[in-house]
Amino acid sequence: MAAPLALLLLAAVTVRAALFRSSLAAFIAERVEVASPLSAWKRVVEGLALLDLGVSPYSGAVFHETPLIIYLFHFLIEYAELVFMITDALTAVALYLAIQDFNKVVFKKQKLLIELDKYAPDVAELIQTPLEMHYIPLKVALFYLMNPYTVMSCVAKSTCAINNTVTAFFILATIKGSAFLSAVFLALATYQSLYPLTLFAPALLYLLQRQFIPVKPRSKSFWLFTLQYAALYLCSLVVIVCLSFFLLNSWDFIPAVYGFILSVPDLTPNVGLFWYFFAEMFEHFSLFFVCVFQINVFFYTVPLAIKLKEHPMFFMFVQIAVISIFKSYPTVGDVALYMAFLPVWSHLYRFLRNVFVLSCILVVCSVLFPVLWHLWIYAGSANSNFYYAITLAFNVGQILLVSDYFYAFLRREYYLTHGLHLTRPDGTEAVLVLK
Amino acid sequence: GAMAAAGLGLVLLLMAGPSPGGGAGCGRDSLREELLLTPLPAGDVAATFQFRTRWDAELQRGTVSHYRLFPKALGRLVSALGVKELHLALTQGFWRTQMWGQPPLQAPAGAELWVWFQPTVTDVDKAWKELSNILSGIFCASLNFIDSTNTVTPTASFKPLGLANGTDHHLLRYAVLPREVVCTENLTPWKKLLPCGSKAGLAVLLKAERLFHSSYHSQAVHIRPICRDASCLAVSWELRQTLTVVFDSFSSGQGKKDWSLFRMFSRTLTDACPLASESKVYVDISPKNKEKELLEVTPAPTSVHEAIVQGEKRTYAVYDLLSPSLFNTSRSLNVQLKWARPQDSSEMPTPILHAQRYVGGYGLQTGQICTLIHNTHPYRAFPVILLETVPWYLRLYVHTLTIITKGKENKPSYIHYQPAQDRRRPHLLEMLIQLPANSITKVTIQFERALLKWTEYPPDPNHGFYVSSSVLSALVPSVIAMKDVDVEQSPLFTSLFPSSDGSSYFVRLYTEPLLVNLPTPDFSMPYNVICLTCTVVAVCYGSFYNLLTRTFHVEEPSRGGLAKRLANIIRKFRGVPPL
Repeated sequence: MAAPLALLLLAAVTVRAALFRSSLAAFIAERVEVASPLSAWKRVVEGLALLDLGVSPYSGAVFHETPLIIYLFHFLIEYAELVFMITDALTAVALYLAIQDFNKVVFKKQKLLIELDKYAPDVAELIQTPLEMHYIPLKVALFYLMNPYTVMSCVAKSTCAINNTVTAFFILATIKGSAFLSAVFLALATYQSLYPLTLFAPALLYLLQRQFIPVKPRSKSFWLFTLQYAALYLCSLVVIVCLSFFLLNSWDFIPAVYGFILSVPDLTPNVGLFWYFFAEMFEHFSLFFVCVFQINVFFYTVPLAIKLKEHPMFFMFVQIAVISIFKSYPTVGDVALYMAFLPVWSHLYRFLRNVFVLSCILVVCSVLFPVLWHLWIYAGSANSNFYYAITLAFNVGQILLVSDYFYAFLRREYYLTHGLHLTRPDGTEAVLVLK
Repeated sequence: GAMAAAGLGLVLLLMAGPSPGGGAGCGRDSLREELLLTPLPAGDVAATFQFRTRWDAELQRGTVSHYRLFPKALGRLVSALGVKELHLALTQGFWRTQMWGQPPLQAPAGAELWVWFQPTVTDVDKAWKELSNILSGIFCASLNFIDSTNTVTPTASFKPLGLANGTDHHLLRYAVLPREVVCTENLTPWKKLLPCGSKAGLAVLLKAERLFHSSYHSQAVHIRPICRDASCLAVSWELRQTLTVVFDSFSSGQGKKDWSLFRMFSRTLTDACPLASESKVYVDISPKNKEKELLEVTPAPTSVHEAIVQGEKRTYAVYDLLSPSLFNTSRSLNVQLKWARPQDSSEMPTPILHAQRYVGGYGLQTGQICTLIHNTHPYRAFPVILLETVPWYLRLYVHTLTIITKGKENKPSYIHYQPAQDRRRPHLLEMLIQLPANSITKVTIQFERALLKWTEYPPDPNHGFYVSSSVLSALVPSVIAMKDVDVEQSPLFTSLFPSSDGSSYFVRLYTEPLLVNLPTPDFSMPYNVICLTCTVVAVCYGSFYNLLTRTFHVEEPSRGGLAKRLANIIRKFRGVPPL
């Protein structure tokens, strides 16, 4: 499998290099869908220029990157294009290896459940075979590297790509079973953008499952492992934050990065829901709604953990999707990360209900974003409502896509345990409803 | 600092002549009123009034209670708030340097206030806020809109013009309100501060309906401490009220460049202010044509004065209102100038330093501020300090700052940049740029336009937002050596045309204010937006809630609801098998 992956990487690098050299690079770097106030490359350069002028980059309201980015690009600013191509390649390779291992785990679990007779007798067509699972890792890498969203993020040099790399490494470490590395990468991801904090739960569930520790509140080994993992995570986070302190000898970066993410003062339009909502919000209710929107991101973790405790990887997928949709400054680079996982659930295709409509919505919205932006900002013939409407449609499309996959997943699980051909007591064919 | 200290350091020997009035215990005070009329190259006339009150009292100690010529409102400000220097200017219009020459005392469009506080003031921001509110009340101007979002603390520009020992720039505050409109209700309280009001002396010419029918109108108040005498052991306080107005003599004179006091101000001078120790009118009669003939003014002046001003030799006709010979022939003085040859095309002297500023780019996302600074001196290069204050909602990117002179990059020798904080303070950019001789320097910096909350837009959001003028301060080298002038002998000339060491004169120029459009949200939609966004969040919540709390069941056969039974009844009537 190494040869097709190498070929894929080569093709991806060629596409990106070609776009870097073309005139589209400047146009893409300015797009608000790709570069948010948190991840724009222009702001990284501005922060480094402020540092050269002797002014703290966090004294203004332009630079909101973590000190680690300053560390990284202080030396690598000349090779920025190369850095971003390498991060994309690393993400793809990490996802490839992770899904390869995950497939082995899935297959082993499936075999165990078949031997234990947990599956109904007529579900042979629902069981995943190694043959059909063989190309999934490559498809995942392909979905990530060749996704136009990822290519645009790379060409715009958005630091979202770095966040994606750290998350991918975290997933790889979790699937490989190394609690320490998983905690370190999770701490790094949380340090970069705060929201991956919610990925603690799926990672914990996966590691517990891998070590055959049952998830029961009364089990001592459960609490022992949870505390161990939590301690590793928190200590890594504290170490990384303290290292950042020593870069500029001040804690200024905490309000500038995390205060900014949580309080959303900058209302630059993006593909998310926050900007127009807070542009039109009465000042009196601003704090209340900021809290509501931020809680909304963290709020699905516990219910999902309870429902999906046997399926932590799917939980991870849904959680990453929820973060990408509801974070305060989303970009299409975040969307590309959870879309890379869609091939892993390709066996759910027969249960998806609206995938055609939803993919049409996403494609049409992606095309309309730059058109309506141009009409509002440059032509002056539209106003902000047009762009806002497309934002709404795009987010609805994403939400329904994720919930469609969730529905399909749960339905397949039901069929696996209850049989594919359901009959009513009187012998006629039964219909399955969610009640 | 050096310039100001030197300018004051040359206060000479003692004031000549006794000053009228003044109680022995309260310190002597004196008033001098002067008017300078300058015909400008393009046919306009500039009139600069200066009313200077000098008071030998220790105002800063707060022990003074008896005010005579010095207005009590301003004196109380100085003593109560610990003000060391105050400069307030309210301006309408823009001084066109290229058409009118170097300005005597330029001020930016709108309201400008800069203040140095005493070192004894502990909370400068609080004092600044109180000061702007009190001045807002005194001058009926909306100076109460001065807050931290438009106040900056420059480090190199705006050095103290009065007596100062040590300049900790944290005691300086500078703010401009470019949107401020100046009208009659600002002129009236300004006139009330004058000792004679507008009833006697030169102030009778200040009629609002003529003053605001002009191309440029600027009224200012300057308070500063000065040395009482050569030994400089005690401090006197100087209050200068200046008013500069430019009349378009062509449009009011039916196409002729001739002007007179009556035509400009609709009043003539009848006497001097009884409280003034000096009351003079200067008319610039320097030759404007190749024959070097002096211009003719009627009536005949009491004397002729020559001075070297802004690097040029100029001749002034002086009318001393206190001299008894002036009002012998007629009760009123109406200075008139008739051009001998009306078609004289006077050469337009290009000012040595002038600047323009404009916004570049298109669309509502980004843009750039471009400043062009011209140095037209044939062989001398000199440095200029450029101060730019940009509001926080135009996010400047200092890594895009480029300074290009004659096609090559020009690196500034000093840059002080303070980035803005959203809704708290503006950008401050101060640079010391060396201008080579006979060159044009282009300074460009890119910005991004922010989307504000809908309540932060002014009532007419599509009018745009103003960016206040940038300030250029320079010591311009003069072609002719200048004589040092004593501030007591000729206060008008020392304040209008300050020179530091005879070879250069200080110039402070302001560029145009800019008008920038920001993207606007739809102001009619707050309820709709809140509902729609919450609907999208609810879609997610609802879908997830269903999937998390419900489980799959095999559907129980239902016997049909009401609709199905009604449909079956209708089908029975039609003879069709039931559902």
